[in-house]
Amino acid sequence: MNIAVPIKFVPDLVEEMEIDSSTGKLDRTFMRLVPNELDEHALEQALILKERHGGTVAVITLDTGDVDEALFTAVAKGADRAIKIAGEGYAEGVTSHACADLLAEALKDGSFDLILAGTQAVDDLDGSVGALLAAKLGIPYVGYATKVVEAGGKVVATKEYPGGLLAEIEVSTPAVIGIQAAEKPPRYVVTSLVMDAMKKAKIDEAEGAAAGLEGAAEITGMRPPEAGKGAEMIDGDANAVAEKLVGILKEKGVL
Amino acid sequence: MAQDVWVNIETLRGEVTEISYTMLAAGKAIAKGLGGSLRAVLLGGNVKGLAGKLGAADSVTVVDHPALADFNPDAHLLALTDLAKKGAPRAFLFGQTASGTDLACGLAAKFGFPVASPCRTFKVEGGEILFEAVTCGGKIIADGKLPGPTGVAIVMPGGYKPEEAMVGGSPKVDEASPESDLGAARTRFRAYIEPDTSDVDISKIPILISVGRGIGQKENIDAAKELAAALGGEVSSSRPIVDQGWLPTSRLVGKSGKSVKPKLYLALGISGSPEHMEGLPSWETLVAINTDQKAPIYDVATFGAAVDVLELIPKLTEKVKAAKG
Ligand SMILES: Cc1cc2nc3c(=O)[nH]c(=O)nc-3n(C[C@H](O)[C@H](O)[C@H](O)COP(=O)(O)OP(=O)(O)OC[C@H]3O[C@@H](n4cnc5c(N)ncnc54)[C@H](O)[C@@H]3O)c2cc1C
Ligand SMILES: Nc1ncnc2c1ncn2[C@@H]1O[C@H](COP(=O)(O)O)[C@@H](O)[C@H]1O
Repeated sequence: MNIAVPIKFVPDLVEEMEIDSSTGKLDRTFMRLVPNELDEHALEQALILKERHGGTVAVITLDTGDVDEALFTAVAKGADRAIKIAGEGYAEGVTSHACADLLAEALKDGSFDLILAGTQAVDDLDGSVGALLAAKLGIPYVGYATKVVEAGGKVVATKEYPGGLLAEIEVSTPAVIGIQAAEKPPRYVVTSLVMDAMKKAKIDEAEGAAAGLEGAAEITGMRPPEAGKGAEMIDGDANAVAEKLVGILKEKGVL
Repeated sequence: MAQDVWVNIETLRGEVTEISYTMLAAGKAIAKGLGGSLRAVLLGGNVKGLAGKLGAADSVTVVDHPALADFNPDAHLLALTDLAKKGAPRAFLFGQTASGTDLACGLAAKFGFPVASPCRTFKVEGGEILFEAVTCGGKIIADGKLPGPTGVAIVMPGGYKPEEAMVGGSPKVDEASPESDLGAARTRFRAYIEPDTSDVDISKIPILISVGRGIGQKENIDAAKELAAALGGEVSSSRPIVDQGWLPTSRLVGKSGKSVKPKLYLALGISGSPEHMEGLPSWETLVAINTDQKAPIYDVATFGAAVDVLELIPKLTEKVKAAKG
């Protein structure tokens, strides 16, 4: 099977989120972008399928800036190809509908049997690209998948419901599957292999249309969440905190 | 039709799920603001009987077909497409769930409807539908407008009380039969795989020591287990811990895991994402330990301390043991 894995670069949630007061939107100037966590799972599931049944894996992304290292990392892990689509306005962020159009254009030649996207990106505001992409390509979609296996020319996706309940869904290919988690934790790759990939591999670059704002709900502003009543903060070092917590636990009847 | 609100009613194994009621409550507020009516769209196999549980809606459209008995993404999408072709509402609400997201975006792409997600609350002002969405792990709230003529909104829990919409009644029921051949769906439901019930049921445990990504390494979970044992509780966790294979799925708290209502929830290195908090409808005492002073979990926790969990856990275990004698 030939598998494509679209990778989205999203704000690193470990860092502070700043809102640009002039636009009322996230300030992207100094924002560190990292590959969306679920996309790492999608890549892992794609590599597992390739190892089991043969085929190829390609990673594809919109060039929102500084994407090369992550693409080479994917190659170092075992991806056969890395594709980068560059175009006007991508760095400012692309809406899900526009992104799905751009990916559909790049993937419509039919050379892929399976597209494994992330179920959802951490910065999502206008729907899941995987499902939009599937409809635009006229192929089926199943999201929230935690495993994908090949079975008699089709694939079976394990869809996750709350509380650990799963459902096996048979899907004819070509299809898009939204990955929630790979069947194994994403593999780790040593830096030397990434450096190797940087020397040997080449990223395929394609030109994409300018990114429009179609299909997005209009965002009028962003803000940090209201702090509610907030937690009563306990000061001091770990020892002092432990001491005070024991007091609290006694008071609450836990101890 | 132009000012109506539709809600995609989700069922799982013959039961209407809670998010459906959250959406009915949201939909009622929007429909009232628009002066339109609220329609529940109920797809399933042998589901007509459930219409009586959807009294919050003005009307219920039932599509009953064996191919829709369990969620089958392509078949459900075909059936919804048939309905939307006959005239789409001003707003169509879907749950931010395993079935809702698949359908919402598939339908939106087919018709070019804009999508807003994940929406928590709505308001109607000057005829416009305004929404509030939660993104970036709960660190950012986005305010926006749901464009017309038809907009799709994916709804997360938390903004409306589902109980408000759990009213019986006899809304007008119309039955629609799908025009598309649902047998031609390119996806097929095969079977459920039941959750593993051999482990403890964390939803019944009053003292939960819950570990998140801040625990750093698999080995550190042993220290959390020791603390849990000293307190007479159990360990639970956030999703990354389960995805790494460090704890089994049975220990997962949240949207895709269990809902827990503990007496004590000690969150160790958990940021408090909306998906995690979905599994914590209530608690008596929530203590959060997180080095990030701005972690969203501090907005809701009872007590918090910005210290390193790895330093705290052994000290706390020692003092708990000493206190117990
Ligand atoms: C469809 C879907 C369903 C999901 N379902 C669930 C679910 O059921 N349950 C769930 O939990 N998540 C779920 N998630 C994932 C969720 O979005 C978050 O990614 C996840 O909850 C984050 O887990 P975390 O808080 O452990 O990690 P992070 O968000 O990475 O937070 C780690 C925290 O630890 C702190 N920290 C780091 N080091 C230390 C230290 N040494 N001492 C103290 N603090 C430290 C950091 O400041 C940070 O706040 C779901 C996501 C999706 C898309
Ligand atoms: N700009 C992008 N480039 C490549 N893939 C993307 C992009 N945006 C979204 N995706 C894919 O769609 C998934 C869902 O993202 P989202 O729709 O933003 O929630 C991601 O996990 C990626 O697999």
